[in-house]
Amino acid sequence: MKQFLSFIRKEFYHILRDKRSMLVLFGMPVVQLIIFGFAITTEVRNVNIAILDNSKDEATQNIVTRLESTEYFDIERTITSSRQIEEAFKTGNIKAAVIFQSNFQNDLLHNNKAQIQIIADATDPNQATALTNYVSAVIMDYQNELNAQNEIPHNISTEVKMLYNPQLKGAYTSVPGVMGLILLLISAMMTSISVVREKEFGTMEVLLVSPMKPWLVIISKTIPYFILSIINVLTILLMSVFVLGMPIQGSFFLLMILTILYILCALSLGLLISTIANSQLAAMLISLVGLMLPVVMLSGYAFPIANMPFLLRLLANLSPAKWYIIIVKNVMIKGVGLFGVIQEALVLLLMTTTFFAVSIKRFKIRL
Amino acid sequence: METKDTVIKTDKLTKKFNDFTAVNKISFEVEKGEIFGFLGANGAGKTTAMKMLIGISKPTSGRANVAGFDVYKQTEQIKKNIGYMSQKFSLYDDLTIKENIQLFGGIYGLKDDELKDQSNELTGKLNLKSHADKLVESLPLGWKQKLSFSIAVIHKPKIVFLDEPTGGVDPVTRRQFWDMIYEAAHNGITVFVTTHYMDEAEYCDRVSIMVDGVIEALDSPTQLKNKFNASSMDQVFLKLARGAQRFE
Repeated sequence: MKQFLSFIRKEFYHILRDKRSMLVLFGMPVVQLIIFGFAITTEVRNVNIAILDNSKDEATQNIVTRLESTEYFDIERTITSSRQIEEAFKTGNIKAAVIFQSNFQNDLLHNNKAQIQIIADATDPNQATALTNYVSAVIMDYQNELNAQNEIPHNISTEVKMLYNPQLKGAYTSVPGVMGLILLLISAMMTSISVVREKEFGTMEVLLVSPMKPWLVIISKTIPYFILSIINVLTILLMSVFVLGMPIQGSFFLLMILTILYILCALSLGLLISTIANSQLAAMLISLVGLMLPVVMLSGYAFPIANMPFLLRLLANLSPAKWYIIIVKNVMIKGVGLFGVIQEALVLLLMTTTFFAVSIKRFKIRL
Repeated sequence: METKDTVIKTDKLTKKFNDFTAVNKISFEVEKGEIFGFLGANGAGKTTAMKMLIGISKPTSGRANVAGFDVYKQTEQIKKNIGYMSQKFSLYDDLTIKENIQLFGGIYGLKDDELKDQSNELTGKLNLKSHADKLVESLPLGWKQKLSFSIAVIHKPKIVFLDEPTGGVDPVTRRQFWDMIYEAAHNGITVFVTTHYMDEAEYCDRVSIMVDGVIEALDSPTQLKNKFNASSMDQVFLKLARGAQRFE
């Protein structure tokens, strides 16, 4: 135990004395939260939307056909009640829903006025805005054609509802994204660099010759980063609630448990990298190219996964961050319980055990 | 010597990497309190042999016993009974002298009061007391190496393994370093040292010279010089190493 504590203390000295990593550790999440919140553009293509047609007449049919013929939407036909719509939003099957009032055509032609409600999943505010704009445009198009044939103007009023994020705050994308990125950065990159540094400087050899067991060396190297990650998560969450005004809808406890799972996953990934890399530079490059880029590009943080080519979408599945970001969005923004994110949690668990198993195996070979 | 107390004993110790035999059936014994020089050109197999003795590399065949423990099965006990100093500087630069001492004392399981005494004694002996709270990176290389050696024997091991400890150090500091080695040997710590400096080989009680994975000669420096009809260890080494096939 004394061994263990002396070693952990040493790791903290390393981290606290390195000004640069301190800056990365604590400055980066804050800066990113602020910058990324405003700098993400999104384009939509082939997004699943649901139609709830309470009227089922010629006019609604016409509009649905028009929506379908654009390349933006795929129409989910199995939905027949507003309760199902709510379900579909929670599971993430659909990103928007279009609801026609009953007697749509009748009202439109005889009262010159009819209503359509558009609901969008605004956990990703940029995508939601784009979606509602596209749907509105298609409807306006129909209305204009209709008015061209008649003298009395018909008026379709569209009512837009932004689900989960009514004010379209950028925080709703940046908070989960930054959490996914920062935790991977600290846990995977910093851990791998710190292990490789010992190899590079020859201190690892001295540690291996000491009576301290190799697995104990490894565990004690990960503990400080684990603690720092937790501190960072709490900072981000505090900022998100009190500065960015994004509350935690779901269970804080569930969020923390799954976050710890994600941190463990990242730590195991860091250890895996450290068994592959032989220099700090290599560890850094592998982490940056192998982890950071996929997180930013493929996790759905900056660019929506739905728009990616098939191959990239497959590749995106390999990034733990993708699954974690879905978890954070669902738990934090939609208030989903454990069963809503069980699939993502299991994927993370599987990844963690695989990474740990492989790195332990590789570590033994090296000894 | 009346009662021989053997602390290292190897018998046909061999290490192969695929079809390359790095260490080929080496057999030797080292006695307690002896300063044993382990010489060889680069790539001769010194480091590989040493790694097997300190328990971080498994031999392919042969037997070896270090501090009374088997290198195959009892590496944990071996590690508790030896000290090690590698050719790379192996203290932490971003820790202070005191913190380094505390770390390694902690790793080797020294008790708090024991550690405090050792730490005081050590910094006193090296005249580093006033620098104890300075970062190690601020020390000159020679001091670092002396500190490194002191820390390698902080837990009073039976044997200390030194892998080219004086590389890049100036002659005066090297001399001081060897004084420390003598003192350790005098206190009963067996010293197993690899070196490139042939003048240092003269300081050893006995010297083995490895060529291409095999021990070609093993004796006291005086005997070796007589045997090879040489005036210095340098000449002995050149005569033996000239036949080497391996190059790094």
